[in-house]
Amino acid sequence: MSASTGHGASVRIEGCGKTFVDGTRALEPATLDIARGETLVLLGPSGCGKTTMLRIIAGLELPDTGGKVLFDGRDVTSVPIEKRNVGMVFQSYALFPNLSVADNIGYGLKIRGVAKQERASRVAELVALTNISGLENRRINQLSGGQRQRVALARAVAIRPGILLLDEPLTALDAALRDRLRGELNRLLRTLSITTIYVTHDQSEAMELGDRVVVMRKGSIAQIGNPREIYFAPNSRFVAEFIGAANIIEAPVENGHLVLPGGRQPIGGDASLASAVAMIRPETIGIVDAGGAPLCGTIDSVSFVGDRQRMIVSAASDKPLTVDAPNTVQAKAGERVGLSIAPQAVRLLPLEG
Amino acid sequence: MSHKSFVWLCLLPLGVVTAAFFLLPMARLVVTGAEGPLGLAGYLAVLTEPRYRATLINTVVLAAATTIVTLVVATIAGMFLQRHRFPGRAVLIAMLTFPLAFPGVVVGFMIILLAGRQGLIGDFSNRLFGEKLVFAYSIYGLFLGYLYFSIPRVILTIMAAVQKLDVGLEEAARSLGASPWAVQRDVVLPALAPAFVASGAIAFATAMGAFGTAFTLATNIDVLPMLIYTEFTLAANFATSAALSVGLGLITWFILALARSFSGSTVAAAG
Repeated sequence: MSASTGHGASVRIEGCGKTFVDGTRALEPATLDIARGETLVLLGPSGCGKTTMLRIIAGLELPDTGGKVLFDGRDVTSVPIEKRNVGMVFQSYALFPNLSVADNIGYGLKIRGVAKQERASRVAELVALTNISGLENRRINQLSGGQRQRVALARAVAIRPGILLLDEPLTALDAALRDRLRGELNRLLRTLSITTIYVTHDQSEAMELGDRVVVMRKGSIAQIGNPREIYFAPNSRFVAEFIGAANIIEAPVENGHLVLPGGRQPIGGDASLASAVAMIRPETIGIVDAGGAPLCGTIDSVSFVGDRQRMIVSAASDKPLTVDAPNTVQAKAGERVGLSIAPQAVRLLPLEG
Repeated sequence: MSHKSFVWLCLLPLGVVTAAFFLLPMARLVVTGAEGPLGLAGYLAVLTEPRYRATLINTVVLAAATTIVTLVVATIAGMFLQRHRFPGRAVLIAMLTFPLAFPGVVVGFMIILLAGRQGLIGDFSNRLFGEKLVFAYSIYGLFLGYLYFSIPRVILTIMAAVQKLDVGLEEAARSLGASPWAVQRDVVLPALAPAFVASGAIAFATAMGAFGTAFTLATNIDVLPMLIYTEFTLAANFATSAALSVGLGLITWFILALARSFSGSTVAAAG
């Protein structure tokens, strides 16, 4: 989503750190720009500071002294959440139990003094958009998890916020529903094309929804990039292992080749290294005939999972390699096979990673 | 003995206790109320006799005022105590709940020490305005005593309810633009409503029936328990005091039943 077609406000956070009263450092000072209309995902394991960053942007937490939050270039650091015009979806949904679905969705408009008729038409519009027609007069405790999630989203969007903030909105749902709603949420966010900041610990959610993904670790930003960059070109071992499956290989380098127990694997780029930590994604490894292949190994196990088969290949590297082969490849456990890996599929990581 | 008859046999102690201490005296009270010179009309006299009616209204107004003021004070205090951590908080809570242990007589005594003829308030007003402010021996003193009595009970209930509030709801309301006042009105107070009903009913029932405080302060305060006492011991008017007792019980029971139907929770009468 380019800046010209997007809606909402741009966001800049400048040197925002957060230290709690008990001295815990939840967030190291971070600077981040979010373009108007962009969907940015904050991704990381629990305790990485992603929710704290979201709450600072929302105005629910104050950054440590020196930190600044800017909306469209305007400093809103000291503006409380009720005046920031942000729409927020909470992990628990936090729907008002004493109000009906329609009154929940219309609450923000009522607070803004929007006339009853206009409010009703806006609510109807959102009910249609989020696919919850017929539930308008229900109470919250009569809704399923998926319906609650939609009501929470409709309520947040109803006020036409400048920024939409979502805190793990799908985590409370079961896996099948989560996958379905993820697609729906993606379409909805594209339709609205409003600046969105989305917090999750689920990497597939992050990659499907995010224009850019911010991977966080222990209160710091580990990497920022679009989903492809994050996946194919992680800048650290942590990012490589957190996003999808990864084979991490530590080996000496000779003439631009990794020297492995099962043979030699050419690497792209800088060949002057003496040793390297490299990442190879399982699906970039091809299974070929052992004869003449530069790198060979023995298949330990084959798990057929429908769309592909996952193989564990030993003796090629210092540790067993995970290989995702197409489901048509014929190979059995115990067989000796060759591994074909394109040099550019070998991603070198910093040694300390 | 079959299993079933064993279970029924186990109910026997409860039946005996209920009959001896509850049903029989209650029935006797109701019968006594109708045994005066007026017969069954003795009950009607509770409402028609001006002195009785005035006392009845006085008592209900006093109990209602106690309940409302207690709820307001205890809600603000309870919310603050539950949401804020400060040095001395535990001591303060312990002190606030201390009066729970006092009988009505002690509470009455403390009101006299505060607002009686030799009381603190009188001393102060005497020094400031040259006039002694004394209100311990009136219905205002009683009101203060009941507040002192009820606030600790209600604060504890409110604090427990505040602890269970979902902070996310308040944050959600704020994100939608609600001011602090609107958050209280639309989110916090509705969520606390069951606690208000439950603890308010206890405060009300206490203020309707408490006797010790009133008796300590003065014998001429016009509240129902005092009236029952004077009719019974001084005028030996058994029928009227019985009718008044039944009236007091019915009104309090009615209000508690009303409260229970609103909250769905168990409300116990106290005092």
